[in-house]
Amino acid sequence: MAKTKARVKVPASVAKGEVFQVKTLISHKMDSGQRKDKKTGEKIPRMIINSFVCTYNGEEVFACDWHPAISANPYMAFYVRAADSGTLDFKWIDDDGQVYEKSAELNVT
Amino acid sequence: MITGTIMRKASLGVIAAAGAALVAGAVFATFASAGDDWGPYQVGDKLSGYTFATPETRAMQDDDFENPAFIWIDVGEELWGSVQGTEGKSCASCHGDAEESMKGVAATYPKYDPEAGKLLNLELRINRERETRMGAEPWKYESEELLAMTAFVKKQSRGMPVNVKIDGPAAPFFEKGKEFYNQRRGQLDMACANCHVDYPDTMIRANRLSQGHANGFPTYRLKWQKLGSLHRRFRGCNKQVRAQPYGYGSDEYTILELFLGWRDKDLPIETPAVRM
Repeated sequence: MAKTKARVKVPASVAKGEVFQVKTLISHKMDSGQRKDKKTGEKIPRMIINSFVCTYNGEEVFACDWHPAISANPYMAFYVRAADSGTLDFKWIDDDGQVYEKSAELNVT
Repeated sequence: MITGTIMRKASLGVIAAAGAALVAGAVFATFASAGDDWGPYQVGDKLSGYTFATPETRAMQDDDFENPAFIWIDVGEELWGSVQGTEGKSCASCHGDAEESMKGVAATYPKYDPEAGKLLNLELRINRERETRMGAEPWKYESEELLAMTAFVKKQSRGMPVNVKIDGPAAPFFEKGKEFYNQRRGQLDMACANCHVDYPDTMIRANRLSQGHANGFPTYRLKWQKLGSLHRRFRGCNKQVRAQPYGYGSDEYTILELFLGWRDKDLPIETPAVRM
């Protein structure tokens, strides 16, 4: 893909303290570094997203380190709970420091 | 000495019998596909590739969010509204809302185009529209743009039965397609039919052979880690029997695609499907 695209799915509104699921998907080649170029025979260098962080109103609520075993176009789903309405910020960081970001509003009733 | 030989033969016999039983068991112990209720994914004896996939793969296809192919569908939607070419038009300029105007269109492709004077599949038709109506450069076959647009257009027919015409001007192409499908090729001297008609639902090395239907293309293949076209799959199949593959968008593959359309008749369009 020419441009990396991320999509996130957050419920429209949740009850205070209710556990809910957040889904994310990002387009990324996630080259493990093991693939070989068909023409030259040389290994295509590793280029993966190595970190995924989710913050809520600035506070980190979910974070993980990704390694080469994660396949391309990674899908990440996790559970969180919130007490107040606010913004969920998602950040993906790849090996050369490139940061991809996406935000979603959350309405807590 | 004689005793030893007899014993060895006897023990070999036991091993052989056990081996035969194991092989026989393996042939019958296939994944339960026939006999299960697959709903729309089964039409008579025709089984969509969906039914040969693992539950995890099927789950990916069933969820439009989780299905990575939707990254391309989103791109296709963007391109639909994007003005390109000398005429200052976008697809939307003539076709309006794709959900309405493209509904049912892909189900009839490939089809004979009287203006072009040849059989066109959806990819080729899209490019033809770009060139003749928009004055835009045709997209390279298998490029992200053409994949995205083809998938986006075909997705508007999702759930509808495949319904290609094989009579009238399409008839000679259909006959050629049938010939290709049954013609042995390559170092392994195999025809499409040898896997997909003779041995579906059996194992070829570690893979389970399907009936080779095309109703889910362009498809997100886990092997490719991206969306890919039917012609890409054809090339793979031909290479796997060590035959020289034909080109992307070639007449041979477009004609074969028509034959497959006939084989797929009434199976639901699943684009963008997820397959192994």
